[in-house]
Amino acid sequence: MNKQMTAAEVVAQLRDGMTVGFGGWGPRRKPMALVREILRSDLKDLTVVAYGGPEVGMLCAAGKVKKLVFGFATLDAIPLEPWYRKVRESGALELMELDEGMFQWGLRAAGMRLPFLPTRCGLATDIVKLNPELQTVRSPYADGEVLLAMPALKLDVALLHVNVADRLGNTLVTGPDPYFDHLFARAAERCFVSTERLEPRLELDAQQARFNTFERYLVSGVVDAPCGAHPTSCPSDYGWDMTHFKRYAASAAEDGGWQAYMDEFVRPGEAAYQDRNGGTARMGSLPLPVF
Amino acid sequence: MAMSDKPDFTLAELMIVAASEAWRGNGEVLASGLGIIPRLGASLAKLTHSPELLMTDSEAFLVEEPIPVGPRGDFVPRYAGYMSFERVFECVWGGRRHAMIGPTQIDRWAQTNLSVIGDYRKPKSAILGVRGLPGNSINHINSFFVPSHSPRVFVAGEVDMVSGVGFKPERWDDGVRRDLMQVCIVLTDLCVMDFGGPGRAARVRSLHPGVSFEEVQEKTGFPLLKAEDMGETPHPTAAQLDIIRRLDPHDLRATQLKGNPPGIRAA
Repeated sequence: MNKQMTAAEVVAQLRDGMTVGFGGWGPRRKPMALVREILRSDLKDLTVVAYGGPEVGMLCAAGKVKKLVFGFATLDAIPLEPWYRKVRESGALELMELDEGMFQWGLRAAGMRLPFLPTRCGLATDIVKLNPELQTVRSPYADGEVLLAMPALKLDVALLHVNVADRLGNTLVTGPDPYFDHLFARAAERCFVSTERLEPRLELDAQQARFNTFERYLVSGVVDAPCGAHPTSCPSDYGWDMTHFKRYAASAAEDGGWQAYMDEFVRPGEAAYQDRNGGTARMGSLPLPVF
Repeated sequence: MAMSDKPDFTLAELMIVAASEAWRGNGEVLASGLGIIPRLGASLAKLTHSPELLMTDSEAFLVEEPIPVGPRGDFVPRYAGYMSFERVFECVWGGRRHAMIGPTQIDRWAQTNLSVIGDYRKPKSAILGVRGLPGNSINHINSFFVPSHSPRVFVAGEVDMVSGVGFKPERWDDGVRRDLMQVCIVLTDLCVMDFGGPGRAARVRSLHPGVSFEEVQEKTGFPLLKAEDMGETPHPTAAQLDIIRRLDPHDLRATQLKGNPPGIRAA
């Protein structure tokens, strides 16, 4: 069993109009090498489902996003995601804006093959007004409480980035917080994972094995992608790249800024991307952010 | 520095002390202060009147000794437990949290906005997105931090996008539980307010030194009441200032308010 693929082979599996979930959180452990491969493709009309970071901004800038299912978009150190902002303010996006907790609840429902899960989150806010597809349910028990029925957020594909993987699809997330990647993997028809380090087969001690957060039967393909989360962080390996974030953020204020960013960083391919960011030695040793 | 029992202090330091009071008497809850002043307030609360509070390293671990803000130098955090984002939601939905956050808009019903300014479909300004406000606001205690008190924050009508729930009856359908939400204080650069007036009306609890009620009202888009015991916001003590300096060795608090004004306004 060998699930190793290239980034281009993963993107060749995607189709226009698909619902694609991206793991990570804001500017943290995003599958950016796979995102750049999407940016190089002619894919369009995607529904993007994410705790949004630069992948949301870049896919919006490139005109790949038809609909955004999200709770926020941010680069943390630069609070307002520049390209998300610009495209959002143009009125070009369909939206399903959700509370962060409702979002993981919807992924959970999808992973458990349930139509919905009940929650109080979103009630009495504009979330229910602006998303008319959201319905409420009344508790069938004596309390009779009215709750929001968060629908399953089913994904055609989930794209994740991890610290370590093997060719069988076993994965390790070694940073302090696994975020919700396991729920993205469960919510998706197919899940593709890029990894900092690819091994033939993991042979771990018990302590290391606890960094495995979802089962390999959820993983359809594994891509060897060192520094593949750059410019986002990949705890415990490296931090985010503020220099790159500033360059990216500046592009949103420049005429032709996106094309210039694409020409400089994306179109020439991943090897050139690494060269233009100081090489993997620099990228892989960027200091982890202190919160 | 003046005499040791009457120390000089900045407005930011006064606000850190006022922020810390928000968490008094909450019991064993997760204290989440988002931003430098709220976070220093939560840390000060834990180190003084409310050691029972739980806090994190602002990433994924629980700490019993609050972590200084900014570069840590020799400080090595010691962890007492774990609090990933997934566990934060479990905590939030169980109601054992008091968060202090800075919304972009707040209205007379204590509803908050962090999503967009202007029309939702084609906004004048896209901000962060609702983040955790809907869930936080309906599940646990919340306080709000406003570094620049103005009618642009405290809007005349309803906030442009209701991200966090409030006390507007029309927003609550029959059968929805309203008893789990709680708004504690609104801390601004002018005053401390709450929504403890008749019918949950906003009122001023204390004015920062040199600020008048009239000025606060003028900079607020909706009518305010005076709390019966409305007085001056307490000044930081020398002991509190020592702790604040230890928690903020790089003086990041000096960069949080425009011009880093003194705690007592020049007449």
